[in-house]
Amino acid sequence: MSTAVKLSDSTPVVFDLANASLRELNVALQGLDGLGQSAWSILNPRGAHALAVGITAAVSLSIEGHVGYYCAGMNDGASITITGNAGPGVAENMMSGLVHVLGDASQAAGATAHGGLLIIEGNASGRCGISMKGIDIVVKGSVGHMSAFMAQSGNFVILGDAGEALGDCLYEARIFVRGEVASLGADCEEKAMTEEDRIILRNLLKKSGAKAEPAEFKRYGSARRLYHFHVDNAGAY
Amino acid sequence: MARRADCTTSTLITPGPIEMTDSAGPRIPRTLPRFSATFDPHTIAEIQRAAATGIYDIRGSGTKRKLPHFDDLLFLGASVSRYPLEGYRERCGTEVVLGTRFAKKPITLKIPVTIAGMSFGALSGNAKEALGRGASAVGTSTTTGDGGMTEEERGHSQTLVYQVLPSRYGMNLRDLRRADAIEVVVGQGAKPGGGGMLLGQKISPRVAAMRNLPEGIDQRSSCRHPDWTGPDDLEIKILELRELTNWEKPIYVKVGASRPYYDTALAIKAGADVVVLDGMQGGTAATQEVFIEHVGLPILSAIRPAVQALQDLGQHRKVQLIVSGGIRTGADVAKAMALGADAVAIGTAALIALGDNAPEWEEEYQKLGTTAGAYDDWHEGRDPAGITTQDAALAARLDPVKAGRRLANYLSVLTLEAQTIARACGKSHLHNLEPEDLVALTIEAAAMAQVPLAGTDWIPGKNKGE
Repeated sequence: MSTAVKLSDSTPVVFDLANASLRELNVALQGLDGLGQSAWSILNPRGAHALAVGITAAVSLSIEGHVGYYCAGMNDGASITITGNAGPGVAENMMSGLVHVLGDASQAAGATAHGGLLIIEGNASGRCGISMKGIDIVVKGSVGHMSAFMAQSGNFVILGDAGEALGDCLYEARIFVRGEVASLGADCEEKAMTEEDRIILRNLLKKSGAKAEPAEFKRYGSARRLYHFHVDNAGAY
Repeated sequence: MARRADCTTSTLITPGPIEMTDSAGPRIPRTLPRFSATFDPHTIAEIQRAAATGIYDIRGSGTKRKLPHFDDLLFLGASVSRYPLEGYRERCGTEVVLGTRFAKKPITLKIPVTIAGMSFGALSGNAKEALGRGASAVGTSTTTGDGGMTEEERGHSQTLVYQVLPSRYGMNLRDLRRADAIEVVVGQGAKPGGGGMLLGQKISPRVAAMRNLPEGIDQRSSCRHPDWTGPDDLEIKILELRELTNWEKPIYVKVGASRPYYDTALAIKAGADVVVLDGMQGGTAATQEVFIEHVGLPILSAIRPAVQALQDLGQHRKVQLIVSGGIRTGADVAKAMALGADAVAIGTAALIALGDNAPEWEEEYQKLGTTAGAYDDWHEGRDPAGITTQDAALAARLDPVKAGRRLANYLSVLTLEAQTIARACGKSHLHNLEPEDLVALTIEAAAMAQVPLAGTDWIPGKNKGE
């Protein structure tokens, strides 16, 4: 890979997208299993889509700038930092690993993700955590409408405010909100914070470096009234 | 002699007036009980059921109403101006290559009849295995469904298409990469615009674990993809799927027949290798009856607009077209291909070949309030044939080896039948069938299929100045 430059063992491999293609980058990153490379720095992402998708090696990756759609999609083990903003679907369907967005994230951040941790330092737009299936998400700013829509499992921490219809048609994901909630979606309700909840929340706050205490949060979950069809619930659909 | 009118059935077999016998006087003709064409017995029963339960009817299978279909078309066969090919001697090719546009590894199938996406969850593990066995035996593909990939189907499917659905249940990187092709499902013919449904009876521990859901709940799949909206986003989604899989795998886009010209054009624009077009006769494991019967287009009306879109964009035979929805016979296969499809897919017919609605289970169908040939409560998980169930005892009734053999037999018959017709039309490959080989029996079919009404040169909607 002529475009990937490693200066020494202690410095990351530098890959400049100004001089090479997305295809070359993804081929390189998807072929890292067993190579022992620990750190990569990606320059000039310039809003590219599908960047750093499908990585299965436990590599650390720093993307220096803004990214487009689906950055870190289906990530399975890598630790990926995006120093700028992220487009729609960042870390979509992540299996494991870490994705850390230092800026803001667009819609559907962490959509359908099965595992790993997504940290967004700024705000996240609508449908953050949609259909999440086990991922942990920490948004240090606020989230947009319909976040955690049909969220199935995992934990979703929002340090700011939540937009309308939070947790609509929620399954078993836990939602923690420190700020205001514009409205709850169908079948989402506030629940008492259990000791188990506090442990999970404290752990995620610590992992994400968030300066907050569990006592500042409210916990939301599924009322489980829509788990079975019933005519009396028709108004909720 | 007095005739009896049976008011308990929907059909009055005996014509003529009823004569009432009265020992005290003459026989008086009485008016026959007359069922309304509008409020027919089925409609009345449905109103009564709705009033009693407060919930719409949910069922499996596809539309049951009479629709313009391939039966309304005929092949002309050879004549003075067309040479037929010798049956059993002269070759009539059936292979099809899918994914030639962008994929590094296109799929080659020996026959142009594929198995449509049906989920584990909707179907038992044995049924999925049987589909894989049957399809692989004759060199064609199977498709996963809402719920992810099982070992049964991967292990027994030589060529397996992995569906990317709005729910993304069970979706993971490993399975994506061990699939042979990827199908982005935008819609299905039984319910264009609708999401999936799997009722609690079928959410077994294994199904629940695969879908990351609580056991026993009524599962609602979303109708929209969670991370893309519209054709511009879809193009980027397809890019991501290609990047995830090293640009190796053909990417299909499946749509329910709704706006076939524009949907096909937009799928092509988004970068699809293959467009899958599913008519309203296509089946479902569980959907509202009103949705099945009142939304979408019959496949007969959808193929030509889709082919037109392919032709307008210079992509016919470059982006392959698979059509489905009510394919039953080799004649249907041949007609679909003559209208411009590269291949077809079957779902309901494949289940029937496995053993669905078989007469041997009649006694049990009766207990369920139905009869062999009409059983469609696939959502209830009580399928006597062990196909649309997650009940271990029922599922064990289906021998995947024997059922797979039945499917292989059926697929072979479909192929032989299609070849028989193609040879009669003088075609050395099924792909050489063309609209010119067809006529229509009805004006409606002529208009939809854009072939002449039989015995005329009239194609309704064409030659508008005449």
